[in-house]
Amino acid sequence: MDTVHNQTAAARKKSGSVKYSKWGYIFLIPFFLVYFIFSLIPLVSVFYNSFFENYMSGLTQIGPNFVGFDNYRKIFEADLGKYFYNTMLIWIVGFIPQILISLLLASWFTNLRLRLRATGVFKTIIYLPNLIMASAFALLFYVLFSDAGPINDILLHLGILDEPYRFQSEVAGTRGLIIAMNFLLWFGNTTILLMAGIMGIDTSLIEAAEIDGAKPAQLFWLITMPLLKPIFIYVLITSMIGGLQLFDVPQILTNGTGSPDRTSTTLVMLLNNHLYSKNYGLGGALSVILLLISAALSLLVYDTLTREQRLLRKEQKLMRRDQKLRKEKQKLKRGGAVQ
Amino acid sequence: MSRNPGEAARLQLKLTRAVCYIVLVLISLMCLFSFYVLIINSTRSHPDIQKGFSFFPGKSFWYNLNNLLNNQNLPVVKAIFNSLFISSGVAVVTTYFSALTAYAIHAYDFRFRKAAFAFIMMIMMVPSQVTALGFVRLMGTFNLIDTFIPLIIPSAASPIVFFFMKQYMEAVLPLEIVEAARIDGSNEFMTFNFIVLPIMKPAIAVQAIFSFVSSWNNYFIPSLILKSTENKTVPLLIAQLRNADFLKFDMGQVYMLITIAIVPVIIVYLLLSRYIIRGITLGSIKG
Repeated sequence: MDTVHNQTAAARKKSGSVKYSKWGYIFLIPFFLVYFIFSLIPLVSVFYNSFFENYMSGLTQIGPNFVGFDNYRKIFEADLGKYFYNTMLIWIVGFIPQILISLLLASWFTNLRLRLRATGVFKTIIYLPNLIMASAFALLFYVLFSDAGPINDILLHLGILDEPYRFQSEVAGTRGLIIAMNFLLWFGNTTILLMAGIMGIDTSLIEAAEIDGAKPAQLFWLITMPLLKPIFIYVLITSMIGGLQLFDVPQILTNGTGSPDRTSTTLVMLLNNHLYSKNYGLGGALSVILLLISAALSLLVYDTLTREQRLLRKEQKLMRRDQKLRKEKQKLKRGGAVQ
Repeated sequence: MSRNPGEAARLQLKLTRAVCYIVLVLISLMCLFSFYVLIINSTRSHPDIQKGFSFFPGKSFWYNLNNLLNNQNLPVVKAIFNSLFISSGVAVVTTYFSALTAYAIHAYDFRFRKAAFAFIMMIMMVPSQVTALGFVRLMGTFNLIDTFIPLIIPSAASPIVFFFMKQYMEAVLPLEIVEAARIDGSNEFMTFNFIVLPIMKPAIAVQAIFSFVSSWNNYFIPSLILKSTENKTVPLLIAQLRNADFLKFDMGQVYMLITIAIVPVIIVYLLLSRYIIRGITLGSIKG
């Protein structure tokens, strides 16, 4: 009786999956259609454009003429290196303190022995800047840190400065402001991601280590950190890809000029300039370069995140082969004994 | 000599805790300071602001607001409505279609299911700036430059929201419910709209907030698409203001515009922060 019932259920399920599978395709149509039109065609056209000379020289339209890899050569010969350096410098100088402070805060928030109170309030406050309009935030910093702005005013009143520091005329001042804004915008997000990572760690491991007499520092560096590695790498790479895309903050802060002397111009600001001047060849080549860098970084994150699983699978495979070999050996031995 | 080791440990714990609180308060102040200055200065008149900074609010809040809203060069009210319209549109389109896509992959068994999933995960990391050039040119050929369509419709394909929805479905949506609906004679599309979507409400709410906010804050793509003054969104006005000659500008109005761009988001966030903070990690990755 029971088996009969199970059989009919299985049969129904089977016929059901055949009958309903078309709905899977139907429900996927909007996503793929929209992706195809608004992302895939543009992506292909970016590649296509990167091989053509196509820009306005004054009022005359040059091209489009096929020039092969000439646009790539031109872009490397121009200041690409400088803008790449700006972008990466701003990212890395901001990322190091960000990850250190985020780790510290995340470890405090999740520390069972500390039992801090009102962590909800602190978490809410540090995440707040992440939702702020980056362009408005940049304009705010522009007025706050202007030569006669409130910050200089406060610093003069406190006697820390004798004369106003011209933040936005100094290379270090401008880059420092961009780094500070990026830090404020993103460290809350990083803290919460790391917290989720720490809370995902099996507490029995930590308890076991505690019973064995591990000190808090040892617990953190020898147990928590190694187990946190996957999420750590995820944070690192997503932050790097985000850093590569840095645009709103320096664009608004410097009004697109990357002043002083283009020392705060990022790669996407350069792309934006090419898009505005309708230089589609150079813009396309730059886009392709950006895509390749992001793709390489994404592969890297995928590789590191799945490495452990792959190693595990390999190990299991080896073990299975080993067992097989042993069994065969035993068989052979037994066969030999019989003979 | 200490009375017992337990007390010493307790004292040390108290000390560590005090250090933690001090650092946390300092970091919080650092986060809030710029917003404090912003709100103070938005209540002060231009001459007051020029005189120097004060930690106390002025009395010109309504005066500044009135000036800004009646400023002929900055169509603020129109920009707020444009931003609200686009962001709401994005929130609706992105959550609905992401849930639909996630449902297709979660609930149905078809041949290209794994391939479709792998494809969506693959395109997740492609930054939107990379396709911007082709996107803007294509919108030009479609005659969609200076309309809101290129800012709303493409959000139907957002891999990150899709991934979040799929994770959530795996946790809360047993396929038995779908089966039951089928037995009751519900059409598949109806099942999705009236049975699956209500179950997904918490996930949809979180993602609607996130996509609304990121669309509200978006600057790069709108600056390439929207050209005419009456179609500008709030971030474009911010850029326009930054571009203008600052010396001639009423600083009270500048601070007021920044306040209008930032403060509504802060208020909504403070009301919903509990759900938002929980939502950040839900959709990311499993550690």
